[in-house]
Amino acid sequence: MSGGAGGGPVMAGTVAVDAKASRQASMRALVRAVGMLPVLIILGALIQVGGIYLTGEGRFLSWQNLSIVAQQASVNSVLAAGMTFVILTGGIDLSVGSILAASAMVGLLGSIDYGYLGLVGALLAGLLIGLGNGALIAFVRLPPFIVTLGSLTAIRGLARLIGNDTTVFNSSLPFDWIGNDNLTLGPVSVPWLIIIAFLVIFASWLILRRTVLGVHIYAVGGNESAARLSGIKVWAVLLFVYGASGLLAGLGGVMQAARLYAANGLQLGQSYELDAIAAVIVGGTSFVGGIGSIWGTLIGALIIAVLNNGLILLGVSDVWQYIIKGGVIIGAVALDRYRLRGSART
Amino acid sequence: MPSSPERPASEAAPILQMRGISKTFPGVKALNDVQLTVYPGEVHSLMGENGAGKSTLMKILSGAYTADPGGEILVNGKPVHITGPLSAKAHGIAIIYQELSLSPNLTVAENIYLGREARRGFAVDRASMFSGCNEVLTRLGATFGPRTLVGDLSIAERQMVEVARAIHAHSKILVMDEPTTALSSRETERLFDLIRRLKNEGLAIIYISHRMAEVYELSERVSVLRDGTYVGTLPREKIKPESIVHMMVGRDLSSFYKKEHTGGSRGPVVLEVNGLSDGKRVKNGSFTLHKGEVLGLAGLVGAGRTELARLIYGAEPHSAGSIRLNGQDVAFKGPAEAIDTGIVYLTEDRKAQGLFLDMTVGENINLGVIGRDAAAGAWLDRGRARQRSLAAIKAMTIRVPGPDFPVGALSGGNQQKALISRLLETQPKVLILDEPTRGVDVGAKSEIYRIIDDLAKSGAAILVISSELPEVVGIADRVVVMREGETVGEVGGDTGVAINEQNIMALATGVDMAKVAA
Repeated sequence: MSGGAGGGPVMAGTVAVDAKASRQASMRALVRAVGMLPVLIILGALIQVGGIYLTGEGRFLSWQNLSIVAQQASVNSVLAAGMTFVILTGGIDLSVGSILAASAMVGLLGSIDYGYLGLVGALLAGLLIGLGNGALIAFVRLPPFIVTLGSLTAIRGLARLIGNDTTVFNSSLPFDWIGNDNLTLGPVSVPWLIIIAFLVIFASWLILRRTVLGVHIYAVGGNESAARLSGIKVWAVLLFVYGASGLLAGLGGVMQAARLYAANGLQLGQSYELDAIAAVIVGGTSFVGGIGSIWGTLIGALIIAVLNNGLILLGVSDVWQYIIKGGVIIGAVALDRYRLRGSART
Repeated sequence: MPSSPERPASEAAPILQMRGISKTFPGVKALNDVQLTVYPGEVHSLMGENGAGKSTLMKILSGAYTADPGGEILVNGKPVHITGPLSAKAHGIAIIYQELSLSPNLTVAENIYLGREARRGFAVDRASMFSGCNEVLTRLGATFGPRTLVGDLSIAERQMVEVARAIHAHSKILVMDEPTTALSSRETERLFDLIRRLKNEGLAIIYISHRMAEVYELSERVSVLRDGTYVGTLPREKIKPESIVHMMVGRDLSSFYKKEHTGGSRGPVVLEVNGLSDGKRVKNGSFTLHKGEVLGLAGLVGAGRTELARLIYGAEPHSAGSIRLNGQDVAFKGPAEAIDTGIVYLTEDRKAQGLFLDMTVGENINLGVIGRDAAAGAWLDRGRARQRSLAAIKAMTIRVPGPDFPVGALSGGNQQKALISRLLETQPKVLILDEPTRGVDVGAKSEIYRIIDDLAKSGAAILVISSELPEVVGIADRVVVMREGETVGEVGGDTGVAINEQNIMALATGVDMAKVAA
């Protein structure tokens, strides 16, 4: 057969092309893996140098300050981890700030009479609200943006309703150690907030990279109709990601309440969803789904925390902090797209 | 067989001449030295099988594609250079597409004037637009006014708006591509009246249709394409369904189809589909599929083959009929259930509905079975997945450096083999393969035929949906044919009717078979 004779050279050509494409692919994978880490390092260095130049002392790179940065990043990291699941499926969860507030209210009020059951209640409240979002998206087939925009407002109202629109205090909060204590192992002492955030990131990584569910999450985000045709239960995946986002927002509420001994339905968690989304996107996750990693999200959350902290240390005025933060977010994503030109779909 | 276009009775000069038109896509010659001559005041039908090159030729005429150098297009005897849709419009050429290109949220007048709005200074001059449209609409016998929202019109009325837009832009050559697919028989009659009226006004109409009866009723002349070449043109008095079908098919089967499995001695019935319908595109799907058999499902584009397959697979719910698998009634709530009982479906649209282009070859191959592999129900068994991908890459001869390579970077043939691997990993008993060799090079084609043959040998039951007749004839033991949503007949097997292109085409177009055989 003539096809067989002609197959040799054609195949050799294909392999040569494949080898080149393979090198390009592994380059891109490397760039993706390193992600925004260089931006984080450069940002840290700039703030340190700027601090020495402007104020005469480099307070940014002290253990004490770095610990503060990490604690400030912790709640956002937890929210952003949930947001990563959602955005990987091509969705969005605008309601996490409101869920955080409602969960914190439930947790504090519950803790007054029932102690640790308040903590369980806060987590459950977050999970249930998230599953509600997920059910509307998976079964009623409403767009995620609309559903979670609705819950952003409705759950904010619910949070105020729970506490009769007042600030709730509990000075003898049983789980206040979460927000204020350290885990001390020998010479090392690490705040629980940081440990919780890291455990959440690690668990998210396990789910995304080591479980069947994780592959299905990427598959739904990459090509939903192909996912359905290949036998993936898309509804179950959607229910999971919005449930997880809600649960983690509930955990964020617990962390926030534990730190403050107080919660206010109106003020707590205002516009936290925007910081979470920014962390995910700065971390290199594609806004249309299917591409991204939880480590990118962690770096994204750290970049945002370093900016917040560093600009204050440098004495930048509040007004300019907003402007610079917005610019850095857009610039970081623009840089990412530029580096990955031809492959990325942010 | 006539090889030169015969002139119609009228002695007018041709309004359009296309000569020596060729079009090469990477790896495929879609058109080879094709000619077409059209006179004013005639309906000129263009016929050919799916993929014969009709649409490509019309896209060249409308400026959507550029022809290879060497050919020429003459309008009113003058050579023209069609560089894009706007220049086609300037030469008086208009195309009414199958998918209507109107904005439903605008009025009839706004659609007709779209892009050429009448102005008074900076303001849109609605009054003059409305009066300008009234004239055209009256001429066409429309029963709606220029202020009607297009969204409120029926499909037939929207077609009339498209025609009105073409007339209003002073088009002289009107191309209609399968205009009746979405119309009722009454609407079709009205469209035909309109076409005749336009013809009498001296317009030239190029009419593309698969429906023999329409072509017969309307056409002054018929030109036939086959495999991207011009076969010939029949004048009015010689238009007969039999001769057209004969011109459309009838080529040698090449030897690269593989049929070593012994589908002749049929095994037990595995899948039995009876009266399946979704109340829309599929009206009645009925067939049986046996163990170890390759059953072809043929029909023209739009006959409802893919839709029928998706009903069986549970991708869409059916409203009537039954599916029996190994003698048991089944109705799948979704593809996941179908896969669990051993039915898999290969989509015709590999990129949009099949592959995960951002994922690796290995992930794509394993996607259907990682759940079954998973230790403790949730954790990925990565070692097993890797072994599996390596084995599949070798067995299917997928040309790829390794399983971690992104699937989007592979050639069409290798992508298709990776997708087929995913189906095979679930160890299916019934495979529904929808256009398994679409967009695949010749080498990969013959490898896919080998895979299908091997599967049949090992006892799988395979339904192959294909628009390529030689392929169906080459690999199938029996062929079921669909027309307009219904399975209308069968060739091969016990029917005593030979599997050949004429017999399949006769069923697919609804032309009497005895006449064709003669």
